[in-house]
Amino acid sequence: MTHLPYIAGAYGLTLVLAVGFGLSAAIRLSRARKRLAAIDPRAGR
Amino acid sequence: MEASSTLAPTPATTLVPPTAGGRSLHRFANPGRFLRIAARAQPWLTGVALAASLVGLGWGLFWAPADWQQGDAVRIMFVHVPAAWLASFGYLALAACSVASLIWRHPLADLAAAEIGPVGAGFTALCLVTGSLWGKPMWGAWWVWDARLTSVLVLFFLYLGHIALVRAFDDPVRGYRAGAILALVGAVNVPIIKFSVDWWNTLHQPASITLTGAPTMAAAMLWPLLMVAIGFQFAFLALVVARLRAAVIERRMRGLLMARAAGA
Repeated sequence: MTHLPYIAGAYGLTLVLAVGFGLSAAIRLSRARKRLAAIDPRAGR
Repeated sequence: MEASSTLAPTPATTLVPPTAGGRSLHRFANPGRFLRIAARAQPWLTGVALAASLVGLGWGLFWAPADWQQGDAVRIMFVHVPAAWLASFGYLALAACSVASLIWRHPLADLAAAEIGPVGAGFTALCLVTGSLWGKPMWGAWWVWDARLTSVLVLFFLYLGHIALVRAFDDPVRGYRAGAILALVGAVNVPIIKFSVDWWNTLHQPASITLTGAPTMAAAMLWPLLMVAIGFQFAFLALVVARLRAAVIERRMRGLLMARAAGA
């Protein structure tokens, strides 16, 4: 495969971006739900 | 039961929408209703995003043919072009939320705009960096100040400006309003990006896929490209919906804490 470092860089960056955004969104959502449940157990059920 | 499903609707403190469009939008403005719909949609959005992106990227990386001129470097197209489309789409979504915010005071529009900003900036950065990685072996330069590249860089700065502006005020509502105005003013850049390759002499190639004409790309490259574009589009939606769900819950949490502090 020609230009391998450039291709690997592009696909690697895509992976990093997708995993970074995905994980941060999932962690933020999970943390928000837990904190809401701690404040208001009725809302957290 | 979902945490989201027990959230009480936001009190009707917003302005009454004066138009049919506004009333229709306000049906979906209830945060509790949004959370219920979003919780159901989230697994589907994420699933389609993962499936289409993985299939499309694998197809483009391993099975699509190399270009007769560019060799395998053309495989960068399968991430660069969908990211570029999403960069503009994300900004149009930001502008649409800004319209809903400024005209109808749509309760979710401000939060949606604030959550679209970072995701749109991420895809714009991906477009710029992958374009640079493609440009170096093809043009011999990481960057050229041509109209397409420069207008996309301006788009990236508009995203960054929006992110900074909505967080720059002690009163969040003032930040949302200022951000909405910036988003609307900056929307003029989107057609400039689209037509920059037609209006000016650019090193960047003209569009290979248009709504009006047949694509100037081989089908063996077009199909994986469209597959990745669908995957990235769903990934964008899934990310924004997840971030927006978190933002709605966080706002609800702040409301509860403030109500308790006021009652104490």
